[in-house]
Amino acid sequence: MGGLDHLGFILDTVLHLSVGIPRTLVLAAVSLSIGFVLAVGVAVAVLAPARVPRKLAEGYVYVFRSSPLLVQIFLIYYGSGQFRGALEFLGLWHFFREAWFCAILALALNTGAYTAVLIAGGLRSVPWGQIEAAQAVGMSRYRVFASIAFPQALRHALPAYSNEVVLMIKATALASTITLLEITGLAKQLSAETYRPFEVFAAAGIIYIALNGMVAGGFGLIERALHRR
Amino acid sequence: MVRASTIAWVKRMELGVLAWGDGGWGDELARGAMVTIAIASAAYVVGSVLGILFAAMKLSGSSTLRSLATAYTTAMRGMPEMLVIYIVFFGGGSLGTWIATNVLGVRGHVDLPSFAVGVVCIALSVAAYACEVIRGAVLAVPHGQIEAAQAVGMTSLQRNRLVVAPQAFRLALPGMTNVWQFTVKDTALVSIIGVTEVMRSASIASNATKQPFTFYLAALAIFIVIAYLSQRLFTRLQQSADRGVRWGA
Repeated sequence: MGGLDHLGFILDTVLHLSVGIPRTLVLAAVSLSIGFVLAVGVAVAVLAPARVPRKLAEGYVYVFRSSPLLVQIFLIYYGSGQFRGALEFLGLWHFFREAWFCAILALALNTGAYTAVLIAGGLRSVPWGQIEAAQAVGMSRYRVFASIAFPQALRHALPAYSNEVVLMIKATALASTITLLEITGLAKQLSAETYRPFEVFAAAGIIYIALNGMVAGGFGLIERALHRR
Repeated sequence: MVRASTIAWVKRMELGVLAWGDGGWGDELARGAMVTIAIASAAYVVGSVLGILFAAMKLSGSSTLRSLATAYTTAMRGMPEMLVIYIVFFGGGSLGTWIATNVLGVRGHVDLPSFAVGVVCIALSVAAYACEVIRGAVLAVPHGQIEAAQAVGMTSLQRNRLVVAPQAFRLALPGMTNVWQFTVKDTALVSIIGVTEVMRSASIASNATKQPFTFYLAALAIFIVIAYLSQRLFTRLQQSADRGVRWGA
């Protein structure tokens, strides 16, 4: 086998695996969106003076940040089977037997916990004087949050969030362990068919590195655009 | 209705399966936890040493070394850790088979030892993250101290060993605590190549008992306990590293 043959095979494989790119991106985008909305609520609860929501939010963040995503995925996908009766009774089994649903639920809960920390950090960084000034001119609590605190928190959290997006794109690979055929799932299939695991997985790696390079570049552009003003 | 379904839920979780000994899986899970800690510790040590090496390359004067290290960290941080494990384990296995048939003339399939491969793969990814932490810490050592070390006639080895390293260690500790925490979580991935750590112990137990939720929840709890205890340990370490530091000085 010559070096050119390897290179040709890797190129073919990249094309073959690119079928999985939309699936990987959908997994990442949907989970990131749900996780983001969840994270805003959790971040507000973490900073809230009310004790019960604060403790609940902190507990959620702690559990999901200190355990592996793989365990979370298996707990939801395989673990739900243990309560099949109860879930059928509630009409939810329909969702939990779907690998897509479980993967997105696990990924969203996971990124929600990490993102909540970033947003809470961003909210803490807003100078208190600004909040007081907004209150002084008669803004409602919601207005203070939505037009003063939150936008600045986002801007503060943006560099770290771009890192989180990259981590999530990498994390979608774990969905292949529960039968989803995204990039890594397809690569596993192809590697079993061709008996050329090294080239196949290397090709998958190249795709991920390219995707993440683009994500990092995109966020870099957004950051620079925000800085210019 | 709520009561009835609550009872049904509790009944589904028969916690006797977590018992110690032949009747339960408690001891298997505990052994799995030990393997998890062993893999994480080995990968952390190897990864940190590699991380120091890559950080030295990134800080070196040679542009070749610098770009090599940058290429490595970019690739490792852009690729799922699971793929790294697949590449090394299956790719390495087929490379071994190729060498066996074409070089040694032995027929057959080569399987790599999964524990060692697991440690190496996790260490490779630890190295990429540790490299950034260590590089940042070295750069954070005030430049005046390096000049002072040169002024008193220290060799560059003495300077690094006596002035830079002890301070960089303290400055790198918060970042390296993070690296440890995700190292522990990454070890769950080596279950896919058959290492019987917590995650795989839980899989085996849940297949045998048909109680996946109970066992994956137990695995989750074990990881949380490890994270909690190691956080306390690192906090202690940080306190001892910080003694004698005048804040704001």
